[in-house]
Amino acid sequence: MHIPDGYLSPSTCAVMYAASAPCWWAALRRTRRKLFGRTLPLLSLFAAFSFVTMMFNLPLPGGTTGHAVGVGIAAIVLGPWASLLAISLALAIQALFFGDGGITTLGANCFNMAIAGSFAAWGIYRIVALGAAAESRRRLVAAALAGYGAINLSALLAAIELGIQPMLFRDATGAPLYAPYPLTIAIPAMMVGHLTIAGAAEAVMSAGLFSYLRCNEPALVGITSQPMAAPPPATRRLWGGLAIVLLLTPLGILASGAAWGEWAPRDFSNAATRAQITAASGNAVPPVAVPSGLARLANLWTAPLPDYAPHFVKSAAFGYLLSAMFGVGLILAVAWLVQLVTQRLAAQSATQSPTPRREP
Amino acid sequence: MSAGVIAKTVRGFTAALEQTLVSENSAHERGLLQALDPRVKLLGLLALVVTAALSRKLAVMAVLFGLGLLLAVASRLSLWSLAKRVWLVAFAFTFMIAAPALFLTPGQPVYTLPLGSWASLAITAQGVRTALLLIARVETAVTLSSLLVLTTPWMHLLKALRTLMVPVEVIVLLAMTHRYVVLLMETANAMFESRQSRMVGRLNGHDQRRLMVNTGGVLLSKTLEMGNQVFLAMQARGFRGEVRLLTDFHLRPWDYLAISGFAIAVAAAVMTGK
Repeated sequence: MHIPDGYLSPSTCAVMYAASAPCWWAALRRTRRKLFGRTLPLLSLFAAFSFVTMMFNLPLPGGTTGHAVGVGIAAIVLGPWASLLAISLALAIQALFFGDGGITTLGANCFNMAIAGSFAAWGIYRIVALGAAAESRRRLVAAALAGYGAINLSALLAAIELGIQPMLFRDATGAPLYAPYPLTIAIPAMMVGHLTIAGAAEAVMSAGLFSYLRCNEPALVGITSQPMAAPPPATRRLWGGLAIVLLLTPLGILASGAAWGEWAPRDFSNAATRAQITAASGNAVPPVAVPSGLARLANLWTAPLPDYAPHFVKSAAFGYLLSAMFGVGLILAVAWLVQLVTQRLAAQSATQSPTPRREP
Repeated sequence: MSAGVIAKTVRGFTAALEQTLVSENSAHERGLLQALDPRVKLLGLLALVVTAALSRKLAVMAVLFGLGLLLAVASRLSLWSLAKRVWLVAFAFTFMIAAPALFLTPGQPVYTLPLGSWASLAITAQGVRTALLLIARVETAVTLSSLLVLTTPWMHLLKALRTLMVPVEVIVLLAMTHRYVVLLMETANAMFESRQSRMVGRLNGHDQRRLMVNTGGVLLSKTLEMGNQVFLAMQARGFRGEVRLLTDFHLRPWDYLAISGFAIAVAAAVMTGK
């Protein structure tokens, strides 16, 4: 999964560095206050530990062996922000010093394994272990699932990055310039190995190390393994509702025709759509020519996901689901940013307000 | 089998430790790249790696690879060692990835495999070009990035990263991580070797997994304990949270020559490689 130099186009590498940079920046800011205390050696040593565990040959059922990345246990013990730094450091040392993974692709590798992997592992662990007692078996399952889910998400992201190369970068003869396989080959080829061997290795390592720490370093695991306070029921129900609505989005395909008032210029020249517009508008016949204002402004903005389906996705239902997830993610990100800014402003105004002078 | 897993892991550690020693030794040789300012070398070789990634012509990549070879010879690096450690490994991996593309890439068939009447499998011109481009690009990029690591002491390379505006905290973290990677590899190696020396007979799969995970757990305990000790040692030496890098790099006349050389090579490759 360590993508070497040459498999991704420089523009993809630049995009992945740009995607990783804010996460590194935020992680550094979050840990900076603690960084020059005990956290500095702890982060470095955990990164070194991740590096070394990546070299363990883990025997798996079936007689094969696999390597773990260590992202599952790092996210559980350190939390997602410090974990993404530790795994990024390990990946940087691998790329810079040992030539495992490319230098130009370091941003992509860190995004896939360190950033997405850490958050996925942390999220899965928190959800599955929600409310579980410290000695509960469910926590072990949560740790295994955290490792398994994280490594598979990382593999899926790597497969998507490799799979979009032949769609975007070809020479005049049609030969792909970088990774040669489209998504239909890249995703199954990558996922088969990760859903079985690499996923199993990560799950075994995460659960095994979690179990070891729970027995021998209970204070360390105790920090994150206290029964987690359940969120207020109303919020939990809202999240559940949102998940159900997301899964139901492909139902939108069942609706036929264009929504009233949402016509595209091409709808005015299509006989079938014209008939639908007429029927839906109380038999008022639409103009034969496209209204000039509509024609002028329609192409002002080209949406990145036109008609709720990215052009590389062939299944309409999957396209709907993907668009819904993207939209919800975008809204959550904006809401989070607004919350962050307002909290910062509130904190600043609190620190700047004059302290009342104590009377002698 | 049980000894096999441990032996395989030990072999991996030994190879990595050996590579560390080789890099440190070759970085202190008296060669062309070793004499350059690390900042010039970092930016120049990185620019060449990006140029190789941008190039769409095999001839340009061949020239860049040739340039890498010349630099390796001028830097007194062993070509045999480079071939064994870098080129063969990269070729084996990339060929495995690129080989199916010979058949799977749609295009003009140039050779149909004689499989009889029950199957038809043709190598396409586009497939050949894709596979060659991928292999040439990967080989060129790994050669150039290996030159950087093999001719620059790790601490100098880290200091040079400041020119890419990498925050000082990250450089300190990278330096410490590298130091403890070597230490933890030696520790893990010793743990596995001692275990191997005390082991008789064969372990089943479950016990093998247990052995590996327990070793990982003990290593993690040692890591955390070492983290505390390192922190106390840092405090004892007066560490108060401030980090200063002693940047004593100075550009010399041959560094300016090297900057010109890298700039000309990059510009020529970009212009002809489109």
